Amino acid sequence: MYTFSNKLRIGSFIAMAVGLICLATGFLSAPSTVEEAKAMVASAHGDDHGGEVAHGDKASGHAEKDTHGEAAAHVGEHDASHDEHVLHQLQNRPWSALYVAAFFFFMISLGVLAFYAIQRAAQAGWSPLLFRVMEGITSYLVPGGIIVFVILVLCVLHMNHMFVWMDADVVAHDKLLQGKAGYLNPTFFLIRAAIFLGGWIFYRQYSRKLSLAQDESDDNSNFIKNFRWSAAFLVFYLITESMMSWDWIMSVDPHWFSTLFGWYVFASMFVSGITVIAMITIYLKSRGYLEDVNDSHLHDLAKFMFGISIFWTYLWFAQFMLIWYANIPEEVTYFVTRIEDYKLPFFGMLAMNFIFPLLVLMNSDYKRVNWFVIMAGIVVLLGHYLDVFNMIMPATVGDQWYIGLPEIGGILFFGGLFVYWVFNALTKAPLQPKRNPFIEESRQFHY
Amino acid sequence: MASKVIQALYTDDDILMHAVKKVRAEHHHIEEVYTPFPVHGLDKAMGLADTRIAITSFMYGCLGLTVAIVMMNYIMIEDWPQDIGGKPSFSYLENMPAFVPIMFELTVFFAAHLMVITFYLRSRMWPFKKAENPDVRTTDDHFLMEIGVHDNEKELKELLWDTGAVEINVTEKES
Repeated sequence: MYTFSNKLRIGSFIAMAVGLICLATGFLSAPSTVEEAKAMVASAHGDDHGGEVAHGDKASGHAEKDTHGEAAAHVGEHDASHDEHVLHQLQNRPWSALYVAAFFFFMISLGVLAFYAIQRAAQAGWSPLLFRVMEGITSYLVPGGIIVFVILVLCVLHMNHMFVWMDADVVAHDKLLQGKAGYLNPTFFLIRAAIFLGGWIFYRQYSRKLSLAQDESDDNSNFIKNFRWSAAFLVFYLITESMMSWDWIMSVDPHWFSTLFGWYVFASMFVSGITVIAMITIYLKSRGYLEDVNDSHLHDLAKFMFGISIFWTYLWFAQFMLIWYANIPEEVTYFVTRIEDYKLPFFGMLAMNFIFPLLVLMNSDYKRVNWFVIMAGIVVLLGHYLDVFNMIMPATVGDQWYIGLPEIGGILFFGGLFVYWVFNALTKAPLQPKRNPFIEESRQFHY
Repeated sequence: MASKVIQALYTDDDILMHAVKKVRAEHHHIEEVYTPFPVHGLDKAMGLADTRIAITSFMYGCLGLTVAIVMMNYIMIEDWPQDIGGKPSFSYLENMPAFVPIMFELTVFFAAHLMVITFYLRSRMWPFKKAENPDVRTTDDHFLMEIGVHDNEKELKELLWDTGAVEINVTEKES
């Protein structure tokens, strides 16, 4: 049995507390009137000009917009609507920071759940020793999913302007959104979210129950049941995950669409999930648990980290290249805003999620060096946080982005909660399944 | 120069593996093992050095990537500048997304083909080469272990019979 180390528990509480303070500061310092928003933008422009690449672009982008405004007939009207837009963006910032971090950690546990279900459905022989680690990580699905759902409910209640299509006033003036209203309306949106979360959480809890029951049983009936449920879950998951990515992420840009978006989000959650499995396994091993997990298990996890990183890049590029090549205005705006206003996170994410794992994890021997996998894992996780950041922020805060207090606070708070919840769940059952029919194969596994 | 070798035949890969381990434990030098199929873990049991083909593969991949970049830059940008996707920038970097599939394919192409060729040459296999195989049965269902004899023929024979060999021959080998 694993006992939660005190250091880690205190660390997770401190992270949560500090994160909460940062988030609260972010919410309190958001402007509430147009005048405040104007003052903030003006001072931000004055203050840190030399700091970042993106800032320079931001300034030039503004200048262009201003001249446009003057050229148009309704100068005053334009300026007023622009100011209101900036106000909404600044008000969105703490919400977006909260949402990105909440979704990121939720997505890790969902990615692990998919990985776990694949192992179950494939009746994999190498991985049963890692099942309890995976089940521990997926336990975060319950609080993480509920938090994301609560944030979505608050969005529907117009606490923020992240999802513009939820605003009836906007829809009334938008032909495209009226056309999509049959699917993209607040009620159906929440019903779908409840169905997705309900299905995932049900599978997670039921599979865990069967997994624990298998330890005490004297036949393989629980194992076989688990296999069947896992196969069924994968079908459900592949459909709902794709729809979830349209609903929760793609709809922040309600005019824009991409058909492989679901896969792209899936790759991101899959690689983050596998990375976290590898990191927690290495941590537990370094504390003297999981004696039977050997180099070959870690080697395989690192191979998955490498392979799925490449898979993510493939999907990212497949999406980017077609849109870049075709250059259709309604599609290409998505990447134009990202390249103009988000140059550093956009290209930085590519370096962290593709070039870095490609070069660092290519060598077979390095995949067995524990600290090396941990370091690579940290970069991959930060890279995929940035990936989610790039998916949400351009639509919600536009060029008013910055990685500051609310963003870091969000990571700390949900990171702390994630660590606390996962490691607490790990203490609930023996780390090694006893009666999995493949446990001996897993123990003997060598590459 | 001809050298005297002892050749032991086995009919099972597990028995062969144990035999290899035992012979190595007795500090005899195994010159070569001929098998009808790749035996997992045999290289480690024989104490062969790790393969360096992965390193060559990386270098060939880099070469392929370079060839792709230079080639596309010459063809599409310098020699006959092309307006790609309605973006007449005539810069390699700005048109790079269009070249990525070619860069990827040539990296894989060079890595794969040159690695196979390297592997053949390193294994001393080239067209019209006479097979080095000492016994045709090793292409069917027998495993053959070859050990150099240095005035210890009798001792070696006893050891090999012990390890479960089904047949033992002593021959002169040209090399």
